[in-house]
Amino acid sequence: MLSIGLGHYLTLAAIIFTIGIVGIFLNRKNIIVILMSIELILLAVNINLVSFSIFINDLSGQVFTLFILTVAAAEAAIGLAIIVVYYRNSGTIRVEEIDRLKG
Amino acid sequence: MIAHAIVFYIFSLIAIVSAIMVTVSKNTVNSVFFLILDFISISCLFIMIGAEFLGMIMLIVYVGAVAVLFLFVVMMLNVAQQKNEWFNSSGRSSHIPIGLLVSIIIFFELIIVIGGWKYKPDLLDSIAIEINTDLTNTQSLGSVIYTDYIHLFQLSGMVLLVAMIGAIVLTFRQRSGVKRQSYFKQISRDRKDGIELVDVENNKGVKIDA
Repeated sequence: MLSIGLGHYLTLAAIIFTIGIVGIFLNRKNIIVILMSIELILLAVNINLVSFSIFINDLSGQVFTLFILTVAAAEAAIGLAIIVVYYRNSGTIRVEEIDRLKG
Repeated sequence: MIAHAIVFYIFSLIAIVSAIMVTVSKNTVNSVFFLILDFISISCLFIMIGAEFLGMIMLIVYVGAVAVLFLFVVMMLNVAQQKNEWFNSSGRSSHIPIGLLVSIIIFFELIIVIGGWKYKPDLLDSIAIEINTDLTNTQSLGSVIYTDYIHLFQLSGMVLLVAMIGAIVLTFRQRSGVKRQSYFKQISRDRKDGIELVDVENNKGVKIDA
């Protein structure tokens, strides 16, 4: 309990990952919150990679965390641009009203 | 050791609570604030276990760029007052129990994997790049990124470039009815277009804008 090991960090990552999944599943109102949940999921993956990298004493995990960070930033920028364009065209970003594909 | 544990529990508790608040907060601006808090506490954890460079980069990239981008979009779209409600969505709300069930199953699967996980016997022999304790974290990362992973590093720069161009192209729009300066027209204009010589007849003057 008092000696923090790899399992603690992995559990923290699992909890944050699950919170992100719940945010995607249960949010029906605002698509920006869904993007934020995706950021939470990527953050949980980063925690996993960094903690494995530190506890196994292998640097490559941190390198890949850097690349995931890059992809996350690019994804946020593109996603928010798409949201802005959609809002300009249809006047709403409520998830319930975005049903043009009838899925 | 005890201080390490206490600090870990404090930061992870803050991270978990703020992650929950991101998803349940009524106001989208508050969600962004809690996202920032989450990123900061996770980067504190990174710094604590010895990945200082990534912790600082997380602060710069996430808090400095991504979260501010979220804030800009939230304020620009005027959705801050839109209620972010889960449970009283009107009609066809059958996704909520299924979603909760699937999330709980995912969580327990992850926990089972973590609890039952053991080191593979030869895992420590298969280390790709061992951490050199003589160098700082930033130095050792730099010596790896610019040599072994140079292609991936350049490709990630390409990803950022494509994302930047894509975001500009997506949100760019040409408004009609706005007077603009056209540099090409201005520069390519010459004497023949601008000046016209007319022979003025006596006592008749000249017609302008004929």
